[in-house]
Amino acid sequence: MKNKKNSDDKRNFISIFYEELSNSSLTIIILSIISGFIMGGILVILTSPEVYKAFGTSFLSGISTSWKIVANTYSSLFLGALGDPAKIGAAIQSGDSALIQKAFTPFLESLVVTTPYLFTGVAVALGFRAGLFNIGAEGQVLVGAIAAGWAGWTFTGLSPWIHVPLAMLVGALAGGLWGFVPGFLKVRTGAHEVITTIMMNYVAYYLIYYLISSPLRDPNEVTPKTPWILDSAHLYRFFPEPIRFHLGFFIAIAVAILVWFILFKTTWGFEIRSVGLNPNASKYAGMNITLVTVAAMALSGAIAGMAGASEILGVTWRQSQALASGYGFDSIALALLAQNHPLGVILTALLFGLLRSGSRVMQLRAGTPIYIINILQSFIILFIAAPAIIRTIYRLKKQSVKEVSTSTISFSAKK
Amino acid sequence: MPPILELKGITKRFPGVLANDHIDIKLEKGEILALLGENGAGKTTLMNILYGLYKPDEGEIFINGAKVEISSPIDAIRSGIGMVHQHFMLIPVFTVTENVMLGEEYTRPGGFLDRNKAADRIRELSETYKLNVNPDDLVENLPVGLQQRVEIIKLLFRNADILIMDEPTAVLTPQEVDELFNILKKLVEKGKSIIFITHKLREVMECADRIEVIRSGKVVGATTPAEASPEKLATMMVGREVDLITDKKPGDLRETVLTVDKLCVRDFHSHVVVDDVTFELHGGEILGIAGVQGNGQTELVRALTGLKTPFSGKIIISEKDVSRSSPRRITELGSAHIPEDRQKDGLILASSIAENLVLNTYFHRPFSNGIILERLAIDENANELVRKFDIRTPGIKTLVHSLSGGNQQKVIIAREFSRPIKLLIASQPTRGLDVGSIEYIHSRIIEKRDEGCAVLLVSTELDEIMQLSDRIAVMFRGKIITIVKANAVTKEELGLIMAGVTPTINKKKIENTQAREIIT
Ligand SMILES: Nc1ncnc2c1ncn2[C@@H]1O[C@H](COP(=O)(O)OP(=O)(O)OP(=O)(O)O)[C@@H](O)[C@H]1O
Ligand SMILES: [Mg+2]
Repeated sequence: MKNKKNSDDKRNFISIFYEELSNSSLTIIILSIISGFIMGGILVILTSPEVYKAFGTSFLSGISTSWKIVANTYSSLFLGALGDPAKIGAAIQSGDSALIQKAFTPFLESLVVTTPYLFTGVAVALGFRAGLFNIGAEGQVLVGAIAAGWAGWTFTGLSPWIHVPLAMLVGALAGGLWGFVPGFLKVRTGAHEVITTIMMNYVAYYLIYYLISSPLRDPNEVTPKTPWILDSAHLYRFFPEPIRFHLGFFIAIAVAILVWFILFKTTWGFEIRSVGLNPNASKYAGMNITLVTVAAMALSGAIAGMAGASEILGVTWRQSQALASGYGFDSIALALLAQNHPLGVILTALLFGLLRSGSRVMQLRAGTPIYIINILQSFIILFIAAPAIIRTIYRLKKQSVKEVSTSTISFSAKK
Repeated sequence: MPPILELKGITKRFPGVLANDHIDIKLEKGEILALLGENGAGKTTLMNILYGLYKPDEGEIFINGAKVEISSPIDAIRSGIGMVHQHFMLIPVFTVTENVMLGEEYTRPGGFLDRNKAADRIRELSETYKLNVNPDDLVENLPVGLQQRVEIIKLLFRNADILIMDEPTAVLTPQEVDELFNILKKLVEKGKSIIFITHKLREVMECADRIEVIRSGKVVGATTPAEASPEKLATMMVGREVDLITDKKPGDLRETVLTVDKLCVRDFHSHVVVDDVTFELHGGEILGIAGVQGNGQTELVRALTGLKTPFSGKIIISEKDVSRSSPRRITELGSAHIPEDRQKDGLILASSIAENLVLNTYFHRPFSNGIILERLAIDENANELVRKFDIRTPGIKTLVHSLSGGNQQKVIIAREFSRPIKLLIASQPTRGLDVGSIEYIHSRIIEKRDEGCAVLLVSTELDEIMQLSDRIAVMFRGKIITIVKANAVTKEELGLIMAGVTPTINKKKIENTQAREIIT
């Protein structure tokens, strides 16, 4: 009876952290996002030498310079992410399709950046729903990309109708394998997926490094790069160069909807959610938790693999060293922000996509380092993880679910 | 002198529920106040308010006549209020001393922990209140009763004067309950005051000085053990007459449903925990498994439900060997389980009532076509069961963790009883339930028996075993010591067998009953 405790009480800080995040209310999330921007603004001020100079002259000019800098930063971010409303308006009035396309380019580019976030966010959210902390999306993206790329340049003479789905599938399979392994290790040996997925990230990273530098290297290139994928494997692009907006975005949306459907409308999703929330009771109720765990992890990996596939088939068309993207790690944050709801992921992926794509313009125009955006995102997550901060700042009434659960666990005596 | 604690007009609303409705309660110094009430009456909520876990919507708290604001457990502790939670807040791998010190550390100069000083204080407290706790023991090695005493020491260590205990006896053996009562008496003798929640009327009669009864969030009466009787208390709680004794007709035996043959189960350390257990269970009978907690009942049930593979031996349900079958196959053969630990094994607390009610039938029609869930059917099922089993809830979408303990149990009962079953394995089916619900569940179990279902009832409550069973098996150290006809033993005799005393009832009687069984 005592030994049982050790094996059953595997509630570690991760699950507590996760619970805290997934229980926060919409108000908290929105306030956290706002607070994140405020903190980002403060940081911009604190890191800007001009502000200090201005404060040297007079307090008032210091304040106004601070304001100017923050306004400039965020407006560049906005312009970079969504485009210039004035230009868009003018373009629409002129009716010239080339102009319209140009005006919408920043926004479309943001959607291009959003696409991998959609896949990985949904992948991580699915894992969470099954009670799995998939830190391995990064590695799954990488193997998905290289596998899809390989299918993209190896199979010749296929019609795009076959080649594209085939390459996507190969990418998904590779990612799925990368997810399957930690899932399998978990149910077989009890190895925690956080550890194994991190390890799988390294395996993926160095495997790709090796593949790109010798067996899959394009011999005509100086630096290690894979060959170009064939035209027949290109994901359809809706607009002429340089707009890269491609079909992957809609595939990603479809995947999000599909996963939502699976989770909430099917018996299999019922099992995933049950196992994620209480594996003991799920087992008692006759669910095969081994199967659910492995399958959910593999599916999560497959979806993350599709992120890599859609990047290589839709955007880069070949893989070079530079693909290690951070998408996998950001996706943990955005999945949590979406409370692991696949449809919520559509919104948070968009938020992250816009921030990421806008931040480049922000760096160019306002000179604010791109890292401010990472910090801003981190603040948002931090605020959501520690809702007490937000409650205190905004004097929200306390209605913490966590406490409710401690007190209602009344007589499940632990032996 | 003002009472040590006074609650005035405490009101607490949850979405859709008025959990506490202007409650006024006084606690005098040096008394044990029993708080009685149906499941969902609002007892736990009231205590959580007192302990600072919930904020009341209205009302005031006075301690020794002075108004206090309690907005967190820290405030509560500072005001001298301590609470023993039902699930203990102890760290298993720490010693008693370390657990007790946690949050209230004694230090030596330089910031080092002073374990010895703390241990001395614990020894002293243990001495004063006759708690018998050794500060150097690891908590994980202590039985439940002692762990509870460690919790009590924790409170005393923090100089609590008011002790709140929410259903402290639910997990204790009868002996441990007696010991706890002696401790409580000792505590009030030394000037502590205690609020005590229980559903067991006998316990209330035995140890309370005063009784307050709550129903639907309101105080509906106060009395003392001298004035009250269990029947009267039951009526006050439930608001109607309650039969404390369930009637049952002799059942008529049918074919064998469950055969357990030389079953052995081993635990993680390959200790034998179920030792060569053999019995048969027929349709239309209730076999009670009596025994002190921890004598292999849990593991026996885990083996029977497919959660644990037996080491050797056979389990046969309806002529199918299920010794190595999955839980799913066993439930599909028409077996239902009420698990001992409802929150761990029986429910998904963070899911809705509706989903919990189809937890093991979701893949069947009409709840799904095997792939797609049918929300309408699931909700309809939930509405019907909530009504039929009187689950007190604002709605079927309510998450199970916001139900009161008793209503959580009803969710499980409703789920298991609402599908066609041939075998019911019920472990502690009424733990934590109020008398009204116990009456209800007992009559449903008997009804199932009368319908021809075979029932295996595992309970540490002798009264429950005696009342329901047709035959009684006593488990001791993993073995079934004896199986007797329920009407052939007295409670006292059973108690002795359970304690491992060689049966003092005359041997002949047992042999006779066994002989009779072989014939039947
Ligand atoms: N956190 C919560 N959220 C919503 N409703 C709640 C919450 N906690 C309790 N309730 C509701 O308040 C009512 C009182 O619950 P409480 O737990 O206080 O009952 P109780 O008297 O302790 O019952 P039991 O004897 O079954 O433990 C119940 O109807 C319950 O569903
Ligand atoms: Mg309660």
